Amino acid sequence: MPRKSLGSVSVDTTSDPTMRSRPERRRRLLAATVLCAAPALTGCSSGAPSALDPAGSGSGRVANLWWLLFWLSMAVFAEVMVVLAWALLVRRRPDVRVRHGQPLRFVTVAGAGIPLVILVTVYAVGLRDLAALGDEPGPRAPTIEVTGHKWWWEVRVQGVEGATANELHVPVGEKVRVRLRTADVLHSFWVPQLMPKTDLIAGEVRETWLHADRAGSYRGQCAEYCGTQHAHMAFLVVAEPRAQFDAWLARLAAPAPVPRTDAQRRGQEAFVRGSCAGCHAVRGTDANGGIGPDLSDVGSRWSIGAGAVPNDGGHLGGWIANSQTVKPGNYMPPQSVDAGRLPDLIAYLQSLK
Amino acid sequence: MSTTAAPAPGASRDELAALEEHWGERPSLRSWFSTVDHKRIGRRYLVTAAFFFVLAGLSALAMRTQLARPESRLLSPQEYNQLFTMHGTAMIFLFATPMLFGFGNFLVPLMIGSRDMAFPKLNALGYWVFLFAGLFMWASLPFGAAPNGGWFAYVPLTERTNTPGLHMDVYSLGLLFLGIATTAGSINFIVTALKLRAPGMSLNRVPLFVWAIVATAFMVIFALPALNLDNAMLFLDRRFGTHFFDPGAAGNVLLWQHLFWIFGHPDVYIIVMPALGIVSAVLPAFTRRGVVGYPLIVLAIVSISIISFGVWVHHMFATGLPRLSYSFFSAASTIITIPSGIQIFAWLATMALGRLVLKVPMLFLIGFIVTFVLGGFTGTMFALTAFDQQVTDSYFVVAHFHYVLIGGAVFPMLAGIYYWLPKITGRMYHERLGRWAFWLVFAGMHVTFFPMHLYGLFGMPRRVYTYRSEPGWDGWNLVATVGSYLLAVGLLLVLVGVVHAVRRGRPAPPDPWGGDSLEWSTDSPPKPYNFPVLPRVHSLHPTWDEESRASMVDDAGDRVLADGRKTLFTSELDGHRERVVQMPEASLQPLVLAVALLVFFTAMLAAWYPVAAVAALAVAATIAVWLWPPRRPDQELGVQA
Amino acid sequence: MTATSTEALTTELPVGRSTGWWGMVMFVVTEATLFACLLGSYFYLRFQYAGPWPPGDIGKPKLLVPLVMTAVLLPSSLPVVWAEHGIRKGQRWRLRAGLAATLVLGVTFLALQANEYAEKLREFTMTTNAYGSLFYLITGFHGLHVLVGLTMIGWLLAASLRGGSFGAHRHERVRNAAIYWHFVDAVWAAILFTIYLSPRL
Ligand code: HEA
Ligand code: HEA
Ligand code: HEC
Ligand code: CUA
Ligand SMILES: [Cu+2]
Repeated sequence: MPRKSLGSVSVDTTSDPTMRSRPERRRRLLAATVLCAAPALTGCSSGAPSALDPAGSGSGRVANLWWLLFWLSMAVFAEVMVVLAWALLVRRRPDVRVRHGQPLRFVTVAGAGIPLVILVTVYAVGLRDLAALGDEPGPRAPTIEVTGHKWWWEVRVQGVEGATANELHVPVGEKVRVRLRTADVLHSFWVPQLMPKTDLIAGEVRETWLHADRAGSYRGQCAEYCGTQHAHMAFLVVAEPRAQFDAWLARLAAPAPVPRTDAQRRGQEAFVRGSCAGCHAVRGTDANGGIGPDLSDVGSRWSIGAGAVPNDGGHLGGWIANSQTVKPGNYMPPQSVDAGRLPDLIAYLQSLK
Repeated sequence: MSTTAAPAPGASRDELAALEEHWGERPSLRSWFSTVDHKRIGRRYLVTAAFFFVLAGLSALAMRTQLARPESRLLSPQEYNQLFTMHGTAMIFLFATPMLFGFGNFLVPLMIGSRDMAFPKLNALGYWVFLFAGLFMWASLPFGAAPNGGWFAYVPLTERTNTPGLHMDVYSLGLLFLGIATTAGSINFIVTALKLRAPGMSLNRVPLFVWAIVATAFMVIFALPALNLDNAMLFLDRRFGTHFFDPGAAGNVLLWQHLFWIFGHPDVYIIVMPALGIVSAVLPAFTRRGVVGYPLIVLAIVSISIISFGVWVHHMFATGLPRLSYSFFSAASTIITIPSGIQIFAWLATMALGRLVLKVPMLFLIGFIVTFVLGGFTGTMFALTAFDQQVTDSYFVVAHFHYVLIGGAVFPMLAGIYYWLPKITGRMYHERLGRWAFWLVFAGMHVTFFPMHLYGLFGMPRRVYTYRSEPGWDGWNLVATVGSYLLAVGLLLVLVGVVHAVRRGRPAPPDPWGGDSLEWSTDSPPKPYNFPVLPRVHSLHPTWDEESRASMVDDAGDRVLADGRKTLFTSELDGHRERVVQMPEASLQPLVLAVALLVFFTAMLAAWYPVAAVAALAVAATIAVWLWPPRRPDQELGVQA
Repeated sequence: MTATSTEALTTELPVGRSTGWWGMVMFVVTEATLFACLLGSYFYLRFQYAGPWPPGDIGKPKLLVPLVMTAVLLPSSLPVVWAEHGIRKGQRWRLRAGLAATLVLGVTFLALQANEYAEKLREFTMTTNAYGSLFYLITGFHGLHVLVGLTMIGWLLAASLRGGSFGAHRHERVRNAAIYWHFVDAVWAAILFTIYLSPRL
């Protein structure tokens, strides 16, 4: 499994999108440079979950559409600028004579005729892409059930017992159906490099799909304002070969790993007997709370708190002691865990992977 | 403050004195509260809207400062969320529309050659309501109870279960309160433009700015009810437990979005349309000719106002509605760019045929074209559903709407401020200072908002109070923040320029630019009665036209109307003279009514329902007195025995 | 509306529409849009709802009372028309009699509505579900408009009883209030169709 970080950059070089240097990419980067007239663009975009760096057929189409729209806009913009510049350069001389004509033909052709041709064309292309985005995966495609909560993502796979949070896996090269529900307010499911947005509508079920054509991990984020911590409602999509995906499914179905060291055992004890179990579930233990995320594989998650902080011992401890300092307003209250117990708890949670 | 008087031999000295007697207001505290003079009211609209602009702009600076660095802790998420909601709500509702209504108030009667608006007292009411509603909303911020659900306040986030406290009550009640002012103002504009035009001003001689204001007013008439209903239902849901938006009880959350955007999309044209009107009004003076294609522009204005009601779903492209409806709304949204294209090229053609005079207002017009066209292009991109689904709710959208709002509305407003400052204050502005302001504002605007296109495409969602550094958005955010400071300095210079002009600007002649519409044919600032002799209009450019100018001098006896507070009614289409009418005097009733309304809405907010009921009775009583017919002898009334 | 209040002082005879007329028409247009949105919301919620309509245990609305209400409200426009024509001819008694008749009809309508509410409230309230919310919002909002209209009528009646208010040359306010009343009337027909008849179609 590729290692993950908070950005979309995966450190595993074989699947690192940023290490590939295809001519296609170079052309686009060139264009992007033109676009902002700042060579720094290339440097800044490389870590980003950029819609212009698509890794799947959904966003790939849209990226192509963007470049079409971009170049057409530049052309029309150039047209406007040429007329403007000409007026500024020529019509400012004190000796010019004002002309009183009504060049209606020019206005209609430039302002309505040419735009109409352009618009009809792009509309047709846009319609084709819209149809492509609506092209649902077949009935046998895996179905991932995602439920939005303030402010984290519950992830399940149809036909599989377990649940996880803020991270979902997909097999490379296959279309995966994603079924979206919300437990409270509206959210929006967005993985810029894979697929445009679909909103999660209260009282309804929405569907979208993901299709990655290269392995890697892709950052996604809630894109519909959902209150205090909308900023920290990110998730990660890990695209990996089918075998690894199947292994993920198996882990999802299996009970969480049993503690192996004493510290982990004490940690589990604290977890199951303590307040944690009231809100969190860990498969195969008595902890089956349903308010917070399922923590059965929390040790392997890319982050804590849906992208709020990296997943390491220090941050985990800080989160448990008082997640409100890390992600103010989230629904996990500060936990009064004994300072002595905290390392055990951390050790246990980190062993869950 | 009056300076050089326009020669007005059309009216005798006695008549001028009589006009002054009937229309003039002796400065006093009472007259300050009771005035119904459209020029004073218009000025107040402009100043008050500018004040709310500064508040909303300072909120934006606070937001930008928070976003300058990743994981900054300057603002808490709760504070940030209130700030961005108040920023958006205030910019749209308390700044953009009222500012343009301010221009309209000051200019429409002058441009159509009338002595006031059709309903001067209603006009005063509109101003007071606007002022009170604005203060009502801003007052919640220091208490930490400001609206925090975003300017479009999507349910169920804004329902009581998810947002307890007063926040969204302030929003719904504040906007309902404000809606009274906007509706009253719109009706006033429509009726004024229909009935009070100078004789001879048939529809094809109506200035483009007036066309734009009237089209805007019509859009308000048809769009605002949707917002009002939406807010009423939200308030009922929150306070009285109804279930309009509750999917658990046969309600539907998308109903809010439909109603909001049925209002919201026309609203963005409500903002841009009068601003485009300003462009058409300012351009002739600086190109030395009329705008090319008057009928085409009128057609464009009218068609935008109609089509704008058929595109609202483009704000809901990610909600998963049926694809067929998306293709329809996508097509409509694409088509709506055509009338804008026509206007842009008409202005370009005007510039290409005329002789350019690069004064500050003209600089802002050029800044407008560059910026608005770029913003319009991104709008057209969103019209394609597939692309919109990718960038919606990202900073790309934030970039789009600041380009069209600042480029399309604020730049023309700034052009208008410099252009009409001599008319409004009787003083000239400082040209060099104005140029500096322009360049700073122009550069600041692009440095702030251009990068947002990029980091929007790079995946940064909007309405986040902070972000982490890994996705690599920090550099661009820093640039944007620096730009926003630059922009603020530029706007500060605009403010300094205005204050400087008022304090020590050179006195302005009646017509410093050689403008083409009627306001330039009277004093700067105009006398309380606007025109000593009401003009008779013979062309589209009356101030450039000998005959129209002569009409204010020769043969003008029956258009002086000095024996009372009088102006003329003309027919709706042809502008044929119909009759002389008496206009109402200054009155405290508008203020009293507005205060009663303020008490009503405050009581509703605080849930003091008996107080609200009393206030509602006071409102009804004030209106009843206001409209109570004066007593007249029977033969004057024409009563049979 | 005040702008024309003293037009008889002026030198010319009234010709053309007054600003008050236009103001009232525009006001009615925006109000009508509000009702259109309201009824549109009703149909939107109805057709977005998967189950039977009205939802829950609420039965289909009964028709008798609303039909009686209709029979009271719709004809109430006629006395207003008659009154207005009267005052145009300077017949003050017709104005007074017509307004009084309308006032009676309108109050009867509100009484019937109150009676209907008393019954409905036993079956469901505004907080039962969205149907309940819609029912009371739509009918209540219309009832409020009837009340406002009646206030106008009562106000006209008071002014006309005082004398010195209206006559053949002075009936602006009568006409404007009449426009409003006709509107309130017409809206009821749309409400009757939406709330009471459409669930049976
Ligand atoms: C002044 C306000 C203003 C104006 C004028 C516009 C103008 C346009 N807007 Fe914009 N818009 C907003 C204010 C405005 N908008 C706001 C505030 C939002 C966000 C609300 C929110 O979410 O908070 C928004 C959002 C918004 C969206 C939704 C985005 C999203 O949330 O996903 C869409 C989608 O279609 C859109 C489309 C358009 C279009 C097609 C135009 C067109 O009218 C533009 C037409 C103009 C031109 C195109 C330029 C001139 C034309 C030519 C030079 C001719 C040649 C042109 C071509 C060949 C293309 N706008
Ligand atoms: C007319 C409309 C308008 C205008 C003019 C502006 C102007 C500005 N806007 Fe605004 N904006 C909106 C309408 C507008 N905005 C809307 C509708 C939203 C959406 C809200 C939502 O999502 O709900 C939004 C959202 C929005 C965001 C996104 C917030 C988020 O999604 O998290 C940002 C972020 O940078 C921003 C920034 C700015 C800045 C820096 C300015 C600057 O142009 C402001 C400049 C003005 C001033 C600085 C004040 C004037 C200054 C002086 C007189 C000088 C004196 C002061 C000093 C020198 C300190 N705006
Ligand atoms: C009252 C409910 C509640 C209790 C008690 C609670 N949590 Fe949580 N916890 C949550 C919620 C809700 C979240 C999700 C917060 C978010 O991301 O917005 C969460 C998130 C977490 C996460 C991060 C999960 C992830 O994938 O991001 C960890 C780890 C965690 N809790 C551990 C604990 C531990 C350990 C305890 C006990 C000491 C505990 N929690 C007690 C509600 C609770
Ligand atoms: Cu969930 Cu934003
Ligand atoms: Cu729109």
